[in-house]
Amino acid sequence: MSVNVGIPKVDGIGLVMGKPGFTDDLAPADCLIVKVLRSPHPHAKILNINTEKSENLNEIKCILTYKNVDDTNFSRAGQGFPEPSPYDRRILDNIVRYIGDAVAVVAGTTEEAVDLAISMIIVDYEIFDFIIDFEEAKSNKVIVHNNNGTRTMFEIGHKPEINLAAGYEMEIGNVKKSLENCDVVYEGRYYTQAQAHAMTEPHSAVAYIDFQDRLTIITSTQTPFHVRRILGKTLKLPLSKIRVIKPRIGGGYGGKQAIHGEFYVALIALRTNMPAKLIYTRKEVFESSYTRHQMRIDIKIGALKDGTIKVIDMDILSNTGAYGEHALTVLMVAGAKTLPLYNKVDSVGFRGDVVYTNMTPAGAYRGYGAIQGNFALESAMDELAELLDIDPVILRKQNMIKEGETSEIFEIMGEGQEGVAMTVESCKLEECLLKCLEKLDWKNKYPRVEIDEFKVRGVGIALAMQGSGIPYIDMGSSILKLNDDGFFNLLVGATDIGTGSDTILSQMCAETLGLPMDKIIVYSSDTDLTPFDTGAYASSTTYVSGHSVIIAAKKMIKEIERVGAKYFDVEKVEYKEGFIYSDTGKISLAALSTKLFYSDNQEQLVTVGSYVGTKSPPPYMVGGVEVEIDKRTGKVDVLNYVAVVDCGTTINPNLAKIQVEGAILQGIGMTLYEEVNRTSSGQNINNSFLRYNVPTRMEVKKIDVSFAKSYEPSGPFGAKSVGEIGIDTPPAAISNAIKNALGVRITTLPIRPEDVWNKIK
Amino acid sequence: MEVNLIINNTEFTYSAKKNEMLVDTLRKLGYKSVKRGCDKTSCGVCNISLDEKLIPSCSYLTIRANGKRILTVEGIQEEARVIGKYITEEGVEQCGFCSPGHVIAIYCMKNDLLNPTMDEVKHYLAGNMCRCSGFEGQHRAIAKYLEVR
Repeated sequence: MSVNVGIPKVDGIGLVMGKPGFTDDLAPADCLIVKVLRSPHPHAKILNINTEKSENLNEIKCILTYKNVDDTNFSRAGQGFPEPSPYDRRILDNIVRYIGDAVAVVAGTTEEAVDLAISMIIVDYEIFDFIIDFEEAKSNKVIVHNNNGTRTMFEIGHKPEINLAAGYEMEIGNVKKSLENCDVVYEGRYYTQAQAHAMTEPHSAVAYIDFQDRLTIITSTQTPFHVRRILGKTLKLPLSKIRVIKPRIGGGYGGKQAIHGEFYVALIALRTNMPAKLIYTRKEVFESSYTRHQMRIDIKIGALKDGTIKVIDMDILSNTGAYGEHALTVLMVAGAKTLPLYNKVDSVGFRGDVVYTNMTPAGAYRGYGAIQGNFALESAMDELAELLDIDPVILRKQNMIKEGETSEIFEIMGEGQEGVAMTVESCKLEECLLKCLEKLDWKNKYPRVEIDEFKVRGVGIALAMQGSGIPYIDMGSSILKLNDDGFFNLLVGATDIGTGSDTILSQMCAETLGLPMDKIIVYSSDTDLTPFDTGAYASSTTYVSGHSVIIAAKKMIKEIERVGAKYFDVEKVEYKEGFIYSDTGKISLAALSTKLFYSDNQEQLVTVGSYVGTKSPPPYMVGGVEVEIDKRTGKVDVLNYVAVVDCGTTINPNLAKIQVEGAILQGIGMTLYEEVNRTSSGQNINNSFLRYNVPTRMEVKKIDVSFAKSYEPSGPFGAKSVGEIGIDTPPAAISNAIKNALGVRITTLPIRPEDVWNKIK
Repeated sequence: MEVNLIINNTEFTYSAKKNEMLVDTLRKLGYKSVKRGCDKTSCGVCNISLDEKLIPSCSYLTIRANGKRILTVEGIQEEARVIGKYITEEGVEQCGFCSPGHVIAIYCMKNDLLNPTMDEVKHYLAGNMCRCSGFEGQHRAIAKYLEVR
């Protein structure tokens, strides 16, 4: 048995023992050092840029400015094609739109020379007014993208003239009427902040021209195939001239879905014929990559006296910063991955604007709208329960989605387009809820336990759902190649960014072939060697890429049986667990494969599997938390976070558990500690790990993750996704716990000690 | 400035720039287990052992390391495999970028602390950031490792 077994990651021991595997580890020693001159202004026009003095330095080999690069508009979002994000960005532009935007790129043989060259570039700026406050951005007199050729691939509500990157609206039933007919309506306004991904490996890219005169890029990316496509299209290079290699990746969480330094190193390698590398400084990672979308969410939720929820309405304002990467899709997910939780309503309203501001752009980040929407919805559920005088657990139980049910939202709202109708075939929310409450000791702890004069403890819960890939868009594929001695190369386009996808895909392959894991040698991903995969995002790898592996492996069994029959000269043989059986005898795959190469019926066996999801079965989760609050300071400590997850079969229970534990801590970070702080001109002021508060091990008291027994009929071996679901519940669960402890509702993230203290003083 | 470095029991004579940090020197000399993460001693991915003391190499000048004994994960492969066994059995290495710095820290901790409590372990390793794992699995792995060693 290889599936549902917690074996170590195939690359684990190598990584732990420090084997070189990351982008910077693999860079040629003679790489040009590439650095970026960045804008000190939030909004300005470059009137003139003088690089002459810098160019005269011997060590400097290439300088890029807007003057000498193509002015094609594109989206660096790293999505499928056609992209749902606006084409509002250029490789380098003569307009800078946030502090940290790229102005010039310098490549030289030594770091000192590059630093010196950057300091010698003279830029004349015409400084423009800027807009930072996202609630003032729409129709502001400052226009972030003013006649710069920005366009979209299809209708996304893009109106740059009023600072709208995207917009969306939908209504099921009649929201107004349903609200009027409710006995009780709760209305609330919630704010979520920009959060930084804070992956430990900075964005890194290396480029060189190989011995076939082709551009090779090694890059810390979640989407190698999108990098190839976007790079080729924008640089007007045939895709056949580009190879993108994804090595080991030091964390992504969505932050490496988009393109970062790839354009710059590619152009420098092409122009100088020398290898080039750009490793972002930590400051650049914070200031010049992207963050989670800041949002304001207005929610209305109405119910009858008996607790039947009749209507939910969400109105969102989302801040995409200077560029509109993932503007529409993150907005839509805020509704699409939350509203179906309570599916027995008459009416649902959802609308939102995504505005441009002169700040570091927002982009993909684990949870991707769902965490923002969940904060509002699951906080509102507790508030509604209070208004109804019903236990919040009972209110949820009464209204939550159940196995065999559906929600109209599945069909109406997808990611950037319509969704797909779907019946929920696996949903163990009830089991998750019961188990979570039991583990939390809810019975004895709800709503609060006074510890002493100053300290009080409270418990809170939240439900969550996510998806498993984007149906009819996300595609994964695999190639399986039989070697002599009976082992296989499994080549997958799926992008392991530290999640363990190489391992779980190998497990599925080994399970299908009935072989031990050491017979499967997995490799991901290289656009020259591995087949296509959309990449590591949208919780798609286990579900979508997983299916492709099973398809390839099943085809391989047929191929083995075909050559086996030839070998035994019979009509039919049976393959089982590494052996081929016929009526006349048996042969091991190891022996047969060696004969296939060297002596008998010589032939190479290769199979391909590819898969596009036709649905996106949601994983579900109940998160429960016990917090302790010191009323003297407002400090909130998370004593225990209990997560019970329904992700279908856990292909590797250990890795699934760590995915959820890690996601929960990122969610706790967003709830209590993390925020990208900015000055009034949008300058990021906590641009280092010293000042940006990523939770450390000192903040972790107890995270208790377990899984409901669940099987998704449409999933590979019954699996759904697990990468994102874990991050969704902490904001609402902790906000609910604080409410239960102190009787006050905090509606703005992060919930800092001073926010709590101010509410209770 | 010429310095004498003893890295994993091998002596190097190295010409260091005045402002060169040890992380860059070590990476240049091929010790790629030493990662660069933050440049501000706040993530632990550049951790090394210097004269048997755990330090972040991103903020330690190479010229200060003159004559000192440096250990990286490349120099403790046997013990790294043992520590790694417990880490990988929990699946907690995840992306692995912070793992070598974590392993060398655990290695130093074992020498520095006798039978530490989990609270002492947490304090000792507080400077080792991990964004993937949530730390719980690391603590499970360390508890098992300390039991055995």
